[in-house]
Amino acid sequence: MKLTSTEIEIAEILEKNARLSNEDIAKMTNLSLEETDKIVKKLEEHNIVVRYVSLVDWSKIEGHEGVTAMIDVKVTPKRDVGFDAVAERIYRFKEVKSVYLMSGTYDLSVVIEGKSMNEVARFVSNKLSTIESVISTTTHFILKKYKHDGTIYESDDEDRRIVVSP
Amino acid sequence: MSQTTTYLAKHVKELKPSGIRRFFDLAAGMKGVISLGVGEPDFVTSWNLREAAITSLEQGYTSYTANAGLIELREEIAGYMQKQFSVSYHPESEIIVTVGASQAIDIAFRAILNPGDEVIIVEPCFVSYAPLVTMAGGVPIHVQTLKENDFKILPSQLEEVITERTKAIMLCSPNNPTGTMLNKAELEKMAELAVRHDLLVLSDEIYAELVYDEPYTSLASIEGMRERTILLNGFSKGFAMTGWRLGFVCAPEDITQGMLKIHQYAIMCASTMAQYAGLEGLKNGRENVEEMRKSYRQRRNFIVQSLNDMGLTCHNPGGAFYAFPSIESTGLTSEEFAEQLLKAEKVAVVPGNAFGGSGEGHIRCSYATSLAQLQEAMKRIKRFIENL
Ligand SMILES: Cc1ncc(COP(=O)(O)O)c(C=O)c1O
Repeated sequence: MKLTSTEIEIAEILEKNARLSNEDIAKMTNLSLEETDKIVKKLEEHNIVVRYVSLVDWSKIEGHEGVTAMIDVKVTPKRDVGFDAVAERIYRFKEVKSVYLMSGTYDLSVVIEGKSMNEVARFVSNKLSTIESVISTTTHFILKKYKHDGTIYESDDEDRRIVVSP
Repeated sequence: MSQTTTYLAKHVKELKPSGIRRFFDLAAGMKGVISLGVGEPDFVTSWNLREAAITSLEQGYTSYTANAGLIELREEIAGYMQKQFSVSYHPESEIIVTVGASQAIDIAFRAILNPGDEVIIVEPCFVSYAPLVTMAGGVPIHVQTLKENDFKILPSQLEEVITERTKAIMLCSPNNPTGTMLNKAELEKMAELAVRHDLLVLSDEIYAELVYDEPYTSLASIEGMRERTILLNGFSKGFAMTGWRLGFVCAPEDITQGMLKIHQYAIMCASTMAQYAGLEGLKNGRENVEEMRKSYRQRRNFIVQSLNDMGLTCHNPGGAFYAFPSIESTGLTSEEFAEQLLKAEKVAVVPGNAFGGSGEGHIRCSYATSLAQLQEAMKRIKRFIENL
């Protein structure tokens, strides 16, 4: 779908900070509040702004650190429905956070979050590798998240500028 | 004579310290201050530029460059000026890479002024112009742009002060501190006047990348102006490189060669690693500049509307990253306003009179600070004026 440059700009603003009020967005884009409300609504209704989320660093919360694994999955595509049907069987599990169809040496990249390595391992052996079309899985555990969706976790954004300058 | 000050030259002793300095001293000691007093980008230099400088060090590029700067960099600058601003300069003879636009302004005045030559300084403006004219033996003649004209200079105002001693006009668009930009038609009027009186124009175009509404026109691109323009520019603002100290100056060959003599005796050359970072910026920095521009525009819109909403009337600044609202409705002078605001609400702004006479009654609010900080600052300023 084709959007105007203002509509795109509002999508970008919301992607950076979903908590901005429509009043502030209106000021930033020189629109009236009504126009802004209308655009935000349009973005939501067309599922362009899919959901408003927070980026939570769970590794900081004791007992909630969890583990994340990225699993390379090779599959035999099903006749007629191809990869989509296999992907769907996988992404319906709530443990599965993302599923991507990939080019290259494997087919699906699956991101799984669990409480422990055991839990993830159990999911892979009991649920994932037992799916009929799955030929093989290779599991990589994430050891540390440095940057996620464009955000650096431990970024030092201290303002080093002198307080008043010409 | 035992007092060391007696060793100082008379013209240096008489030089007034910048009005900004006093404000810096007031604000610097305080904790929890939100500063709208900063005259530089809040972005850190884009990583690819920093990485290019690191690579240059790893490869051992640690010696002097040519006096005028790396020829590759001057060639890129020539291409950039052509593409972005439609002016063409010869990289071999008409461009000097400098230690910021600041040094470019200095060598420009020193190269052109005979003792007693007058330079018209259009105020409110960047604080260094007049002192540098004085240090170069010239005489600054101040002209005040007015709020009623959105701080745009009128040719008639210049006519009034031109004498047979007038050598040059110092212009800055987009302007610090007013954010005012002169469009093509307005620049054409300046050009007509400069040609008619056979004047040089020093055009400080350091904020040329940061314009938000109308397309930018370089003074040197106006017919008849290239041969009488000294074009000052740099990487500090558009490329967020203030601390690197990298700028450049473009001018007709004879003036450039005059400036180069001063530059080679006083400076040798700009920092080598900074030049490599600048080179990367010109080659691969476009997208990043556009992103920063977009972000500034949103913040400009936000702050200008917020200030107007609370009764601090403010023209819409076409460029740079400053809003310059009037605080006359409060009955305070700009220094009183800035000082009381700092003490009561811990928001630092710069009093407008620091930039020249007609800046009185205004404050400079830099919006090169995060939106969250701007939101909080607007709340605090609103509360401050409600409690007056
Ligand atoms: C109008 C103007 N000219 C020149 C400069 C100096 O810039 P540079 O860092 O390139 O010396 C500044 C910096 O604040 C400025 O605002």
